[in-house]
Amino acid sequence: MSLWEYANPVKFMALSGRVLPVLTILSAMLLVSGLIWGFFFTPHDYKQGATVKIIFLHVPAAMMAINAWVMMLVASLIWLIRRHHVSALAAKAAAPIGITMTLIAIATGAIWGKPTWGTYWEWEPRLTAFVILLVFYLGYIALWEAIEDKDTAADLTSILCMVGSVFAVLSRYAVNFWSQGLHQGASLSLDKEQHVDNAFYFPLLVCIGAFVLLFITLVLLRTRTEIRLRRANALANRGRSHG
Amino acid sequence: MVDLGKHTTEVLLAYGISIALIVILVGWSLAQAKKAKARLAQLENTQK
Repeated sequence: MSLWEYANPVKFMALSGRVLPVLTILSAMLLVSGLIWGFFFTPHDYKQGATVKIIFLHVPAAMMAINAWVMMLVASLIWLIRRHHVSALAAKAAAPIGITMTLIAIATGAIWGKPTWGTYWEWEPRLTAFVILLVFYLGYIALWEAIEDKDTAADLTSILCMVGSVFAVLSRYAVNFWSQGLHQGASLSLDKEQHVDNAFYFPLLVCIGAFVLLFITLVLLRTRTEIRLRRANALANRGRSHG
Repeated sequence: MVDLGKHTTEVLLAYGISIALIVILVGWSLAQAKKAKARLAQLENTQK
């Protein structure tokens, strides 16, 4: 059985309808337990004090802000190459989730920045790349809404998505490309010497898992909505042309 | 309640904003899903 079979809207609706309840329960449980663990049961950092608890929101949100765009890029490429409508609709469905994650990352970063760096905002590489990513998300959503023909909208937003991917990559690697700026390097690394202390590491992993599951759950839910709206519009148009 | 020391405002603000944004996103997505399902069901019934 091929994965491409799920590009068929009927098969996609059947499968997503079966997995959504399980995913919803899992992501809610993981999110609640991760945030409770991080907020109530982690120590204060010897330098940053209690503000270190912001890491459990800031890091997962920032990761998902970038990864949502990467998912949109993959779905857009599938649309451009194979013309599967479900992939174009999945990309559209992911954009509001990505923009929410970007807003959370920027807001929590600014709140965390004031006591840590002495300022809410600095136009340094990673922060600036995130603002540009936010603008790309807004542009992507606006473009979908602005074009009446949905296939043309899918084509143009896919091209915008490819251009915006440069800034998604920059958001992730800006700290590595340029050494200047306030933002520190990655909090998580395969190199054990580099990542945060275990007291923060494990609850952080739970929160990252929760944000990933929340993203998948919401993408499935919103893609189902887009498929239903597409079908409803087709029926309405057919009704008008027959009437 | 956990003692957040002198950073109580910052930590609570960060959690408050983030949880509010997530709740709005989930609520909006559920409302859209319900609306789309109802619209499609209505159109399918009228086409029968």
